[in-house]
Amino acid sequence: MDLTELQEIAEAERQAQKSIRVHCCTSTGCQAANSLGVKKNLEGAVKAADLGDRVQVVGVGCMGFCGRGPLVEIDPQDKLYEEVTPDDAASIIESLNGGTATANEGDLNHPFFARQMRIVRETSGKIDPERIEEYIAAGGYQSLYKVIHDMTPAEVVDQISKSGLRGRGGGGYPTGLKWATMAKMPGEQKYVICNADEGDPGAFMDRSVLESDPHRVLEGMAIAGYAVGATQAFIYVRAEYPLAIDRLQKAIKQAKRLSLLGSQIFGSPFDFKVDIRIGAGAFVCGEETALIASVEGGRGLPRPRPPYPAQSGLWGCPTLINNVETFANIAVIIREGAEWYANIGTEKSKGTKVFALTGKIRNNGLIEVPMGITLREIVEEMGGGVPDGEVKAVQTGGPSGGCIPASLLDTPVDYDSLVTIGSMMGSGGMVVMDETTSMIEVAQFYMEFCRGETCGKCIPCRVGTVQMYQALTKILKGEATMRDIEQLEQLCGMVKDTSLCGLGQTAPNPVMSTLRYFRDEYLVLLQDSPNGKVAVKS
Amino acid sequence: MSVKTLTIDGVDVAIEEGATLLTAAKEAGVHIPTLCHLEGVTDVGACRLCLVEIEGINKLLPACVTEVSEGMKVHTNTETLQEYRRMVVEMLFSEGNHICAVCVVNGNCQLQDAAIEVGMDHTRFPYRFPQRDVDVSHDRFGLDHNRCILCTRCVRVCDEIEGAHVWDVAGRGPASRIISGLAQPWGEVEACTSCGKCVDACPTGSLFRKGSTVAEMEKDRGKVEFLVTAREEHKWTR
Repeated sequence: MDLTELQEIAEAERQAQKSIRVHCCTSTGCQAANSLGVKKNLEGAVKAADLGDRVQVVGVGCMGFCGRGPLVEIDPQDKLYEEVTPDDAASIIESLNGGTATANEGDLNHPFFARQMRIVRETSGKIDPERIEEYIAAGGYQSLYKVIHDMTPAEVVDQISKSGLRGRGGGGYPTGLKWATMAKMPGEQKYVICNADEGDPGAFMDRSVLESDPHRVLEGMAIAGYAVGATQAFIYVRAEYPLAIDRLQKAIKQAKRLSLLGSQIFGSPFDFKVDIRIGAGAFVCGEETALIASVEGGRGLPRPRPPYPAQSGLWGCPTLINNVETFANIAVIIREGAEWYANIGTEKSKGTKVFALTGKIRNNGLIEVPMGITLREIVEEMGGGVPDGEVKAVQTGGPSGGCIPASLLDTPVDYDSLVTIGSMMGSGGMVVMDETTSMIEVAQFYMEFCRGETCGKCIPCRVGTVQMYQALTKILKGEATMRDIEQLEQLCGMVKDTSLCGLGQTAPNPVMSTLRYFRDEYLVLLQDSPNGKVAVKS
Repeated sequence: MSVKTLTIDGVDVAIEEGATLLTAAKEAGVHIPTLCHLEGVTDVGACRLCLVEIEGINKLLPACVTEVSEGMKVHTNTETLQEYRRMVVEMLFSEGNHICAVCVVNGNCQLQDAAIEVGMDHTRFPYRFPQRDVDVSHDRFGLDHNRCILCTRCVRVCDEIEGAHVWDVAGRGPASRIISGLAQPWGEVEACTSCGKCVDACPTGSLFRKGSTVAEMEKDRGKVEFLVTAREEHKWTR
């Protein structure tokens, strides 16, 4: 395979594509709402109307507006239909001949779509994730060719560093620095791991990327492998994502068939093999050292760092771990250049971030926005606000994050601003809450999650989360006193400071942020404060 | 081999590169409490009792797995650390059913020692009183899950020194428990050589020899270190 052949595949694919493409979402969310039935009827209607020569029904990945699925989009007419039923299919096809479609028409100019900037999701919802040809026709694998033939590994690392990309798993560690460390590590055997163990309640960005455009992730991983000197990679994906696993398997097979993965990629000496490892669905396995232990076949327990995986990871070898979304950015950075990427976002948070916008909000779904956009723009403009009433808080970052009160909605969304107000980016879950939500119940929900997901290795996390959950339950039952609040705060500090891994270190965040911003809710429930008016030092 | 110099609680110490802070502290004559650490087996950094403060690092680091580096200024007994250590021990007492008065190692127990050391006379956390079993299926030994603190010393000793790997941890979080074999009764585990190293390694009365009455049982916790030294350095004296 060389560049000409790659371009030939792209050209042949473009030629073969019909002038009208009816995109039908086949991601998990829409499938659950019977999008496969819609797709089948659409195909039947095309056949019945004898439009096969110019209309093509394509099963595509996620278009983002998951709350209104199944979605059908007509390309190039830019028409979007929402909540489509199989019965609507015939009328949608008829509308191509001037008829009227019975399905609800969506507004592609709505801020939900218009305010987005799509880098990671640029082809998501536009191509068939199960066909490598469509990805290649969209420019896929050209970045990989470019790095292998025109760039040295050091130049690739340099580009990623200059782009300012930071780890999208939530911590925000500079990706270029991680790659540079890895590239400088001695050793014949190095590994690349893609962390697809997304487990935050309310988050489904990584699943969507894998289901909608698996090749983008594979290409990013291969570029990483070339840059850091690794020849073997693993994608660690949780078993709860069967469709993502299935599409990844297909994608790896197709890429191998075209020699875009495997040995001597693009006729160069660069070999890169990717295997899938399926995780049993433990939240802690998203932590890199626990993930490595799990890939090795052991119990998914974290270990103290240092040594960091870049020094000693999988089987003691240097290992690069990045999240799905991080890898999905790579090919675009190489294609468009580091400077282009660095111009997007804020000074310290470059590029875009995908969020799963859910909760009490009109427009549920996946959005990709440039960093620095305010929470208010996301929630009120794009999300359309709360259906009845006002926004009370926004929870970002899942169990590791915190609840941001409505008064801070003008905070820009970037790594550092969110940490300053007691939350974090996390992997990108964003749950909107309205006035009917009890913030203590929210804190209790996340603590219940952490209590069940702590691995049990270190004492502060194993016992502390249980004690915090019990304290919150006691408060909710109205049996607590001021002493319990003080003890809860003490527990939060201790668990945060002394836990072994990120799970325990961040588990108190939802409690701490609700205590900080919604303290009154706690106080009115206390036994010794019937009026809720207790002088408290905050 | 190079040597690093550092200060631990103001005491200057010179120690070979690669040594842990715990070893360095020992050399400096500074005592750091531990529970999951046992000389002779690998460290896991799980009990968090040996956390120390290092100037210039805003995280607390476990002394048992943190390597010394040049010019480190380590504090092992600050007010915060004292408070956190006490909370760790309180948490352990609230988690299991630790009734010293009816325990075979009363007076010889490292959890008890730790409690005394950190000044714990009661726990401010509510007791959970979990329902836990006792396994006395083995001819010579017994396992009382009520007293187990999941330090995994037994797991490591059996795996790394005896090579039998009888022990493991099953379950997650608060449901974690030590299991023998594939969660079989200990007496039915064919891999067990009945060597008793796990019993000696156990810091509490969780693993015990049958026939010992309360306060009679003494454990030989130096045995593992002795065996490792004997094997590696061929020194057969204690």
